[in-house]
Amino acid sequence: MLETTWFLLWGILWAVYFALDGYDLGLGMNMPFLAQGETDKRVIYNAAGPFWDGNQVWLITAGGVTFAAFPATYAVLFSSLYTPLLLLLFALIFRGVSYEFRRKVDSDSWRKFWDGCNVLGSFLPALLFGVAFANIFMGIPLNAQQINEGNLLTLLNPYGLAGGVLFVVMFSMHGSLWLAVKSSGELEKRATSLARKMWVAVLVMVVVFLGLSLLYTSLFDNYLNNPALFIVLLLPVTGLVLTRKYLDNGEQWKAWASSAAGIIGVTLFGVIGLFPKLLPSTIDPAYSMTIANSASSTLTLQIMLGVALTFVPLVIAYQAWVHIRFGHKITQEDLEYEEAY
Amino acid sequence: MDVLLLSRLQFAMTTFVHFIFVPLTLGLSLLVAYMEFKFVRSGDETYRRMAKFWGKLFLINFALGAVTGIALEFQFGTNWSRYSAYVGDIFGSLLAIEATLAFFLESTFLGVWIFGWKKLSPKMHNAAIWLVALAANLSAFWIIMANGWMQNPVGYVFGEGRAELGSFMALISNEFAWHQFIHVLSASYVLSGFFVLGISAYHIAKGSNVDFFKKSFRIAAPFTLIFAIVVVVQGHSHGATVAKYQPEKLAAMESHWETRTQAPQYLLVIPDPSNQRNRLELFPIPGGLSLLAYHDFNAAVKGLNDFPRDDHPPVMTTFLSFRTMVGLGFLFPILAAWVWFRRKVPEDSPGLLKILPWIIPLPYVAIQLGWIVAEMGRQPWIVYGMMRTSEAVSPGITTAQVAGSLAGFMAIYGLLVALCVFLLSKYGRKGPEPAVQE
Repeated sequence: MLETTWFLLWGILWAVYFALDGYDLGLGMNMPFLAQGETDKRVIYNAAGPFWDGNQVWLITAGGVTFAAFPATYAVLFSSLYTPLLLLLFALIFRGVSYEFRRKVDSDSWRKFWDGCNVLGSFLPALLFGVAFANIFMGIPLNAQQINEGNLLTLLNPYGLAGGVLFVVMFSMHGSLWLAVKSSGELEKRATSLARKMWVAVLVMVVVFLGLSLLYTSLFDNYLNNPALFIVLLLPVTGLVLTRKYLDNGEQWKAWASSAAGIIGVTLFGVIGLFPKLLPSTIDPAYSMTIANSASSTLTLQIMLGVALTFVPLVIAYQAWVHIRFGHKITQEDLEYEEAY
Repeated sequence: MDVLLLSRLQFAMTTFVHFIFVPLTLGLSLLVAYMEFKFVRSGDETYRRMAKFWGKLFLINFALGAVTGIALEFQFGTNWSRYSAYVGDIFGSLLAIEATLAFFLESTFLGVWIFGWKKLSPKMHNAAIWLVALAANLSAFWIIMANGWMQNPVGYVFGEGRAELGSFMALISNEFAWHQFIHVLSASYVLSGFFVLGISAYHIAKGSNVDFFKKSFRIAAPFTLIFAIVVVVQGHSHGATVAKYQPEKLAAMESHWETRTQAPQYLLVIPDPSNQRNRLELFPIPGGLSLLAYHDFNAAVKGLNDFPRDDHPPVMTTFLSFRTMVGLGFLFPILAAWVWFRRKVPEDSPGLLKILPWIIPLPYVAIQLGWIVAEMGRQPWIVYGMMRTSEAVSPGITTAQVAGSLAGFMAIYGLLVALCVFLLSKYGRKGPEPAVQE
């Protein structure tokens, strides 16, 4: 029971990370398509401004919880995905630094360099997270010693790539929706219009991804064995439908929140299908990493549960407060503000 | 070059660079919070400009500290997977608690502080930076409890092929870890203090923004002096905990080869590790080492030759790092005392003002050397007495992968350090924004 609880919490932490940092990554990816000039770029940076750093901690926590709750999986997963993870890390380093450094030197080539870092540093993580999670859902060639026999190219299979594209379009839509919340005028219009286009792309990719999941993975087994679980699918479906509805009504906050629910839903769909495995082996199911062969001791899981149940709601509360407090549209005055990005 | 060596180089390099950025954030966050507090209380605009100016330097560091920190967490999994699987039950939970309890708070409220100067009431705004400072130091606590466990594993039981948590209380009341925590924290404060003093001295000497920098100088002076004394006094008792829990490390720190009672402390030693002796030992203080390590002239101090050769840490590196660190450690309180005596009239001591900017790098050197003593001195163990570093490395990764990532880290981190130095000196030299009438 404790292991199952932690499995769910593990999935939720990753899902919340995607729903939050997803819009930061989307903002960066969309910049070349939406920004016409320096002012637009600055609005985009400042739309992520007060939030991105706190959002990124969800990744550190999700990683930390994998380490703490399922150490053996953490060990196998992270060493198996060595090259993509380090690429991801390098990308996130440049992304993070670009916010802080971009306005520190008044030169066009300096700004151009950091813009490039922000765009690539947002696109690559989105793609890599998608590829990584699709491969986790499908499984990787783990042998009896739980060593990955595949390489980077093994990960770039059709299903992995579909996962990558799905994450890219989901985050792009999510970022556009947040930009619509935070911007006004022409930029707001362009953001809304990109969100609409991306909505279609997300719809197509969700259908493709579900279809491929049927073909490549055993994610549906849990659902077929226990049809009540199909309720979980309501979350991504409703999220996606409501995103469109609110987008059409011009209710930007609600559209963004629905998109967040959609991202959480897509992630949880996979995570629940995965249960009780954390990383399946495609060589032999017996070589898979599961909650049974990788969970931490009962004492550790209990203490961690106490910490998580006390502090995660608190984190959600103060981060929600920050989003509301700083959720206004960016004005000229905001851009002239000395500390703005 | 094999995976083990490359992984060690990579971890060492990324930790060094991470810890270039972190110590300044620990101390400077407190100083900035205090400056803003003075503004809130007195309404004196200078203090607000101080919080903004020093805050900007803090933020440059913070960004780099945060992004380089993720690299460390990831590497336990990517490069040290056997270690992770073996100790994750204990070590992993401390990292997860750090993120949940401290890092969330720090990162979220830092965003609030940066963007909230006009959106929040002055008191609320000041509260944000106090939260950041508190969380930064809390974060250090959890991370050092994790490192302290690698130095002195406590509160565990052996489970199925791994170490499991036995007592959480034992884990967070680890005597060795607490000594480390206080030592690292006070050293970081000294570093932050000299950073503020050095930049302030530069401007006072130049005659730019004198009032502003004299106020900064006056705030940093007592802070630096107090913690420079704490580092030395508490550093001594930390040394005694090393003697108690890691006698090989102590012997390597002192290049002490033969077990003896009334062991002298030689002021000048030239080690000769290949022959397991010292080439030169001069100026003995009789019984000094026994006294320092065990608070007893007659205590026996075990020499390296009485430990299995396989358990010897790299003696030369540990010894030289320790000596240099201690040497610097004695310099700081003397300088800080000089600063403190002149805190009200620093402009009358041109010599002091000339020296101080050049002092800024020294605490950085000392703090890195301290980590070399702690980490190299613990070798060949990754968890002292429990797991060897050579047993900890990931089995499934290749030399090419690690060589590639190491090259990537070296290029990127080289760039980051260069940018950090460039931006800190640019903004440090530039001084605060001029006061505006609002």
